[in-house]
Amino acid sequence: MDLVRAHVLVCGGAACVSSGCAEVREALEAEIAAKGIEREIKVVVTGCMGPCDLGPIIVVYPEGVFYCNCTADDAREIVDEHLVKGRIVDRLLYEEPMTSEKVETQEGMTFFKQQERVALRNTGVIDPLVIDEYIARDGYAALGKALAEMTPEEVVDTIKQSGLRGRGGAGFPTGTKWMLTAKAPGSPKYVVCNADEGDPGAFMDRSVLEGDPHSVLEAMTIAGYAVGANQGYIYVRAEYPLAVEHLQHAIGQAREYGLLGKDILGSGFDFDIDLRVGAGAFVCGEETALLASIESRRGEPRPRPPYPAQSGLWGQPTLINNVETYANIAPIILRGSEWFSSMGTEKSRGTKVFALAGKINNTGLVEVPMGTPLRDIIFDIGGGIPNGKKFKAAQTGGPSGGCIPAEHLDTPIDYESLRALGTMMGSGGLIVMDEDTCMVDLAKFFMRFIQDESCGKCAPCRIGTKRMLEILDRITKGEGKEGDVELLVELGKEIIDTAMCGLGQSAPNPVLSTIRYFRDEYDAHIRDKKCPAGVCVAFKHYSIDPELCKGCGMCRRSCPAGAISGEVKKPHVIDVDKCIKCGACATACPFDAISLQ
Amino acid sequence: MSMGCCESKCAGDITSEQWALVDEIIAKYKGQRGILIPCLHEVQEAVGYLPLEVQERVAAGLDVPLADVYSVVTFYALFSTTPIGKHQVGICMGTACYVRGGDKVLEKVEEVLGIKAGETTDDRLFSIQVMRCIGACGLGPVMTVDDDIYARIKPDRVAEVLAKYS
Repeated sequence: MDLVRAHVLVCGGAACVSSGCAEVREALEAEIAAKGIEREIKVVVTGCMGPCDLGPIIVVYPEGVFYCNCTADDAREIVDEHLVKGRIVDRLLYEEPMTSEKVETQEGMTFFKQQERVALRNTGVIDPLVIDEYIARDGYAALGKALAEMTPEEVVDTIKQSGLRGRGGAGFPTGTKWMLTAKAPGSPKYVVCNADEGDPGAFMDRSVLEGDPHSVLEAMTIAGYAVGANQGYIYVRAEYPLAVEHLQHAIGQAREYGLLGKDILGSGFDFDIDLRVGAGAFVCGEETALLASIESRRGEPRPRPPYPAQSGLWGQPTLINNVETYANIAPIILRGSEWFSSMGTEKSRGTKVFALAGKINNTGLVEVPMGTPLRDIIFDIGGGIPNGKKFKAAQTGGPSGGCIPAEHLDTPIDYESLRALGTMMGSGGLIVMDEDTCMVDLAKFFMRFIQDESCGKCAPCRIGTKRMLEILDRITKGEGKEGDVELLVELGKEIIDTAMCGLGQSAPNPVLSTIRYFRDEYDAHIRDKKCPAGVCVAFKHYSIDPELCKGCGMCRRSCPAGAISGEVKKPHVIDVDKCIKCGACATACPFDAISLQ
Repeated sequence: MSMGCCESKCAGDITSEQWALVDEIIAKYKGQRGILIPCLHEVQEAVGYLPLEVQERVAAGLDVPLADVYSVVTFYALFSTTPIGKHQVGICMGTACYVRGGDKVLEKVEEVLGIKAGETTDDRLFSIQVMRCIGACGLGPVMTVDDDIYARIKPDRVAEVLAKYS
């Protein structure tokens, strides 16, 4: 292996692929070759580095200089200036949104400073397609330790003592799950990875699968050893083609290295993993539905108990954890349960990955110790709200969660505190909303999502959420009545009590949560017929700006409702009572004089 | 198989090469457990969609009841029983894209193509698909055409993007 003087990392996460990182990499490599320094410089395509809106990203080591929003031309400039002449390209450095200061290195960026990377330890650092890079960062050492030095019981105990809880949503203690599956009578047993990350706004699992697939394979193998299983399945959603590709590649490499298959590392323990690709059903993230889908049946949930630990895949004891949970396993085995439980809060140990999205400056993935206040995540790491707007609320837990308003920004985030606020951790999606977001419209959005994705098996979810959606629809159309909010609350509580699976039982949460914190917005829609955020179209009207209108008559002729009148060459007007708000006039106007207000 | 099914039932829509491919895929999976979904994925890839006659072929080939095949095909959003356009236009309606105006993008795409989400244009060139979060939340709103991803797409750029595909 040649010794190189610099490593150039190019982020190849899905967001950077969308931003054109392939072109940037090609330009880098071509320019490096043109300068004749290809033996001194190594270009590495990594998984997601985290700050997705800064892509394509180039990081030059050993200095760790972080260049953002790079084009192919910029890449050539970095080679000429930085790699050849040793001069940092100032204009491509990151600028802190709060202070407008330029920052040279990745370590210096506020976005990275407060992070503690455990599950994301390798994403954005290694080439996910090269198993040796994973091994060089202690990869598969935990598996070796477990197989050579620990009994299966000791592995289960270590996970139990670490305090790790399920990162997929409900926060069930992981060690207890492992113990239950290990003790369950029956053979064969199975180990399953839930990689059906469906909550809109959450993409940490995708980043781990794409950027560090071996961490999941290693953890599943350790889990297989601990619970006595020889076969694992990863159920990954079809919407993540790059994750599927990287997993397939990683499984092939692990088999080649003897890290999957028969007699792993000479221990006599056999374990193999197969992939199952989903087919587009949100409900399959629910564990019993997911197991049905692996069996190639309709992904419909069933009542629990029996839990999968007793009766899971093909009726056999099955351990099922999500991707981020597995990504924590190897470090816990290697560094010990005490190290892990020293991070976080009393009941929520370790770290949590959050996906920042919505109206926030730094969108992307961040991993922080449990108990970090929401304010730090949004304003320090996330860089605050763009365009000088005001923070209104953050939505956590996707369609199963709720929102956290500004007055609770200082709450330390863990499983318990979120539940007390009427929301939940969920998978860690954190969507930030500013004053331009209508909370009633948001509640309607989630309810429509649930309606689309409800599998239809139980009536509370199938019919109850439909009724809730109808009421919300009415309210946003200006047809809300007194008593609608009370009806929503009553229906919501009934659905929580009576729906069969986790999807249905949590479906009313976004509505109940927005009513709890933003009741005044519901009342404004119902009583004052106003949408305070200016989102709901029903409360808006098309109007013609008399300054811009030339009186050409195009709008009058295009209106299907005959709502526009006016004389030629004089400003026209719209009769709001006749207008059906189709927008045909605004499209027809050659002077952009018509707008929705 | 000399059933002559293609001439009589399939409106000439599926070629004999495609049927051969379908049979090959079925043969590969036959006899294994829990493989109906992976098998249907591959068959749809080969044929483009899963009309009833294809489902019948899969059911017969794998020796499972047609009802099972039909129930799976109709349950999952990614399986389609109607033809899909040559180009799939996807609009992400995940929360992040939605709050950044994904719905306005969808409206524009529907207007430009003259079809609604879930439909295919008469010339079978385009279909529109509303997608659940594709995980590119930092770049919302996001529109995809086949494997190309258009980040931070504005409604007024939609027509220009679609014009690139023929």
